[in-house]
Amino acid sequence: MRRYILSFICLFFLSTFAFSQDHGHDHNDGHGHEQQATTDPHEEGCGHIEEGEFNPGATAFHHISDQNIYNIGPFSLPLPCMLYAPENGWSFFSSGKFHTDDHGHGNGHVAVEGYVLVGGMVHNIRDNSFPDGEVEINNHGFHTTITLEDGKEKEVNAICYNDRLWAVDARSTADGGVFGGGITSFYDFSLTKNVVAMLIVFALMAWLFFSVAKAYKNRAGMAPKGVQTLMETLFVFIQDEVAKPFLGHKWEKFLPFLMSLFFFILGLNLFGQIPIFGGSNVTGNIAVTLVLAVITFFVVNLNGNKNYWEHIFWMPGVPAWVKTILTPVEILGVFIKPVTLTLRLFANITAGHMVIVIFVGLIFMFGKGQWGASLGTAVGSTVLTMFMMSIELLVAFIQAFVFTILTASYIGAATEEAHH
Amino acid sequence: MIFLADFTVIVPDFGLLFWTFLIFLLFWFTIGKFAFRPIAEALKQREHDIQDSLDQAKKARQDMANLKAENEELLAQAREERSKILKEAKEVRDRIVAEAKDKAKIEAQKIVADAKEQIEHQKMAAIIELKNQVGAMSLNIAEKVIRKELAGNAKQEAFVNELVGEIKLN
Repeated sequence: MRRYILSFICLFFLSTFAFSQDHGHDHNDGHGHEQQATTDPHEEGCGHIEEGEFNPGATAFHHISDQNIYNIGPFSLPLPCMLYAPENGWSFFSSGKFHTDDHGHGNGHVAVEGYVLVGGMVHNIRDNSFPDGEVEINNHGFHTTITLEDGKEKEVNAICYNDRLWAVDARSTADGGVFGGGITSFYDFSLTKNVVAMLIVFALMAWLFFSVAKAYKNRAGMAPKGVQTLMETLFVFIQDEVAKPFLGHKWEKFLPFLMSLFFFILGLNLFGQIPIFGGSNVTGNIAVTLVLAVITFFVVNLNGNKNYWEHIFWMPGVPAWVKTILTPVEILGVFIKPVTLTLRLFANITAGHMVIVIFVGLIFMFGKGQWGASLGTAVGSTVLTMFMMSIELLVAFIQAFVFTILTASYIGAATEEAHH
Repeated sequence: MIFLADFTVIVPDFGLLFWTFLIFLLFWFTIGKFAFRPIAEALKQREHDIQDSLDQAKKARQDMANLKAENEELLAQAREERSKILKEAKEVRDRIVAEAKDKAKIEAQKIVADAKEQIEHQKMAAIIELKNQVGAMSLNIAEKVIRKELAGNAKQEAFVNELVGEIKLN
């Protein structure tokens, strides 16, 4: 047993160090996306590009974000892109056409149909006069400029082509500008890294649970065996500790939904923990948690009975003047519940992923390319990262459980019969 | 705003929203319906089976206990019956023996009484016989004495003695 632990630590340490070397290499080549240019994007010519300092925050953001390529170890696997621009219609192609470097940060050498790959994510070149088809661009020439627009700082990305800077549009997001996003010139419906991770988890879970269900059918009346026992422990835990206490006699109706939530979230949480396999941050992406919370919101409110709505709009047994305060609070509560579900899961998983990236990032902050210092910090970060990863393993289970138990309690409250 | 602009995970991407929605619904309707539901059913069935088995075992144990109690009761009854029968038999035997004894006693008494009567009769008959004999003998003797008298005194006396000596009381 001790030998296994030792070899695991060695392997882990080596991979951390290899990761650091990989990044150092990037940095010296200037492939990083942390470069800043002071040039105005509308000015002719590309100007001088200065290489930025290593920025652990930006590196962490890059590593936890969704990508249009799938990184396994140093390799970038292409993914199918499905892009829609209202002006130009649909574009379907493989992200391999962007020609990213295997060790790079996902900046493409080639622009395809007016789209470029910046930091592993597809962006659209705003100017329609940019030539269509596959165009070789200078991948050293990604510029980020900060401009002031309506008193707000705004980041403008641009690429250098034909000695001219072309402004690059950010991706359309559904936050309505609250978090700095908004609708832009294109929508990305690609099978991104997160989507692929979800499909893999879906396939794994389907295989796992169909074989377990088959085992129950074939081995009816016999004791469970193998993976059946493992899954039964979790299954019975959710069934007896979550579904039954909160839902009473209606537990069977909502069991598939609760189980789906738990195992979908748990599967994605755990899948994201595998460092070599892309470390996809799926449940740490607000889009994913938002969809789960919105589905929960509909399941809760579409199953709400008279008693539930009465308690929201006209709380019985409370003086009328209190009701005028209580009713708005209750109505707000209906919408706050899915928001908290969204943010809790998102924040927990994202924080875990970021902390791990930042621990590894310490190697560059303290090492600054020197071997000795890098090696010393790598040992320290490895210990810290391993500690963090064990906590994250716990968090993976806790957050899946918390999401499920809260959903069960909301459904339970919505379907509870009047008892007074 | 550089922080938020770079922090892409907090801005929900339309594509990811769409795919998550699709994949989760697919997950729910396939795995939920064709795996979670049957597993829950199987678990419920097994729970019922286990409960049934336990109930049955409990019932069997109860039945066994009942049977045992019944047997014991029967045994006790049989024992009681036996002792009762034995007691009765003893009584009957005692009675029969007593009756037999009584009867025997009466019979014996009767026999004895008969015997006594018989003896009495015999005795009386013997005495009568004796009396008759003695009378006849006396007459004989008297006849002979008278005859001797007629022949001499001394001689008569000796004769009488001779005669008396001849008389043998049987």
